[in-house]
Amino acid sequence: MTTRQKLGSASAFIAFLLIGVPLLISVTGRSDLYYTLTSVALLSIISAGVWLTFFIGRINIGQGAFALIGGYVSAILVTQYGLSFWLTLPLAGLFCAAVSVLIGLPILRLRGVYFAMVTLTMTEVARLSAFALPITNGAKGIVSIPLPGAVSLYGVTIIPDFATLTNPRLAFYITSILLMVLCYSFLYRLVHSRIGKICQSLQQNEELASSIGVNISYMRVLAFAISSFLGGIGGAMFAAIAQSMYPSSFGVLDSVNFMLNCFLGGLGYVLGPMLGTFVLYFGWDLLFETGDFQLLIYSSILIILMLILPNGLLSIRLLVPKQS
Amino acid sequence: MTDILEISSLTKRFGGLLANNDISFNVKEREILSVIGPNGAGKSTLFKLIASFLHPTSGEVRFRGQRISGLAPHKVARMGVVRTFQETTIFKSMTVRDNVIIAHHLRSRASLAGFFLGSRLAQSDELDFERSADEIIDFLGLGGYRHELASNLPHGHLRALGIAIGLATNPQVLLLDEPFAGMNHEETNRAMEIVRGVRDRGVTVLLVEHDMPAVMNISDRIVVLNFGEKIAEGTPKEIQEHPKVIEAYLGVEDAAIGI
Repeated sequence: MTTRQKLGSASAFIAFLLIGVPLLISVTGRSDLYYTLTSVALLSIISAGVWLTFFIGRINIGQGAFALIGGYVSAILVTQYGLSFWLTLPLAGLFCAAVSVLIGLPILRLRGVYFAMVTLTMTEVARLSAFALPITNGAKGIVSIPLPGAVSLYGVTIIPDFATLTNPRLAFYITSILLMVLCYSFLYRLVHSRIGKICQSLQQNEELASSIGVNISYMRVLAFAISSFLGGIGGAMFAAIAQSMYPSSFGVLDSVNFMLNCFLGGLGYVLGPMLGTFVLYFGWDLLFETGDFQLLIYSSILIILMLILPNGLLSIRLLVPKQS
Repeated sequence: MTDILEISSLTKRFGGLLANNDISFNVKEREILSVIGPNGAGKSTLFKLIASFLHPTSGEVRFRGQRISGLAPHKVARMGVVRTFQETTIFKSMTVRDNVIIAHHLRSRASLAGFFLGSRLAQSDELDFERSADEIIDFLGLGGYRHELASNLPHGHLRALGIAIGLATNPQVLLLDEPFAGMNHEETNRAMEIVRGVRDRGVTVLLVEHDMPAVMNISDRIVVLNFGEKIAEGTPKEIQEHPKVIEAYLGVEDAAIGI
């Protein structure tokens, strides 16, 4: 595909998400789908972060921690300091990025299963801290977080107060889709610029990367910080939608799911985590009918998919033109 | 000729093992200097110390008068001392061309943000890198493999790619770790031409090698290590006649040291 074709199909896809999907939902009356699709969009943002750490050759099972921290940062700033949600959104991301730099400096030296283990522990540490710290209000969590307020510039309302809307679910959907588009565009550009090549060089051989003059520890921390930033803003959005934040909002299982989303979609493609999240989320929901067997069937399908398509669902796309 | 590297009293201890003991020698600008010695003599450790992948227990390495021991390897590479690897270490899942292009990283004038935003400087960097990469690829005879994945390259060409990656960083000193290992006679001759060519580009070459005939043929000077200590230093002819060297290689077929 040429750049023009790529831009065309991307615009068509975005237009479909922003206009087509709401139309379809209003025709069919399935407004519950708003919540589902919003979740998919936000989870795919969080998973995109995990994908970036994969891209520098690290297995990250700690993204749940950053989603949790992001959610709490936004919730606390909104409820206790009266900040606008729209301001807390980037702040939550930046806070997570700062935390990840502090944690990343020592632990990013680890490779393979050791890094994975430490990040897994991190998720649990974040959950336990949320229980223990006074500011997070322990197991009772932070509840009745107000909906995002209005934003106006020079007297013109850019974003309306979500509480005054008849359908805040649509508003959250649109916000999440826009955020997702923004994050993936950023990631796409990052990966397809020289920075992406440098990340790849880290993934393939850190020693050699270092000998050609790449500051490997700086690049690792940078990628990890961007990853955690994405986790943070995803978590903050979830806190705003649920209007509550608990220590159990994001746990080890979520961290594992973020990683699975990347695996399933394909580690070699920027859009992999987006597709992976969509398929996994809907796949799980579709299997709801099977009751007790839901998890069994779900995990069996996952295992089979990974055996058949080790490079993820998006690798199918590459097989087609070869055959023709 | 001036001294580009000064290695003085370099010592590296791993627990009870003295891998390098009080090694001193100088490397002259634009010479080919080989470090030889039996297995376990400490050659690879010495290389890692020079490229700062390891830090010495005592002693130091100076590059153009400036101490480089203790600096991070990427900083030493930026100053112009670049190491290639003993194993065929390359970026396996990139094409040959991408391997060489990415190795130009050191020459980037644009910042990371510049590359992200596609600034004019970044674009001109990209063009320069591509042009220079193509030139290096042709220079090393890899032209036919430009768009091949590096992992698909035949063995001899892998070594050439390793050297191409090293050259792309625009080094002043290139450390080649066993550039002729596992090569047949013909491949070795070709690789020797490449190494001479690299020197003729103005690069000082330091190499660790087992292939004695090749070392004797190509080197301006040779440093011999045994059990972590320097036992001799001199021209190929001096080394071949040096009693300590002959002693160290005693029991080895004469042909192995090229006499």
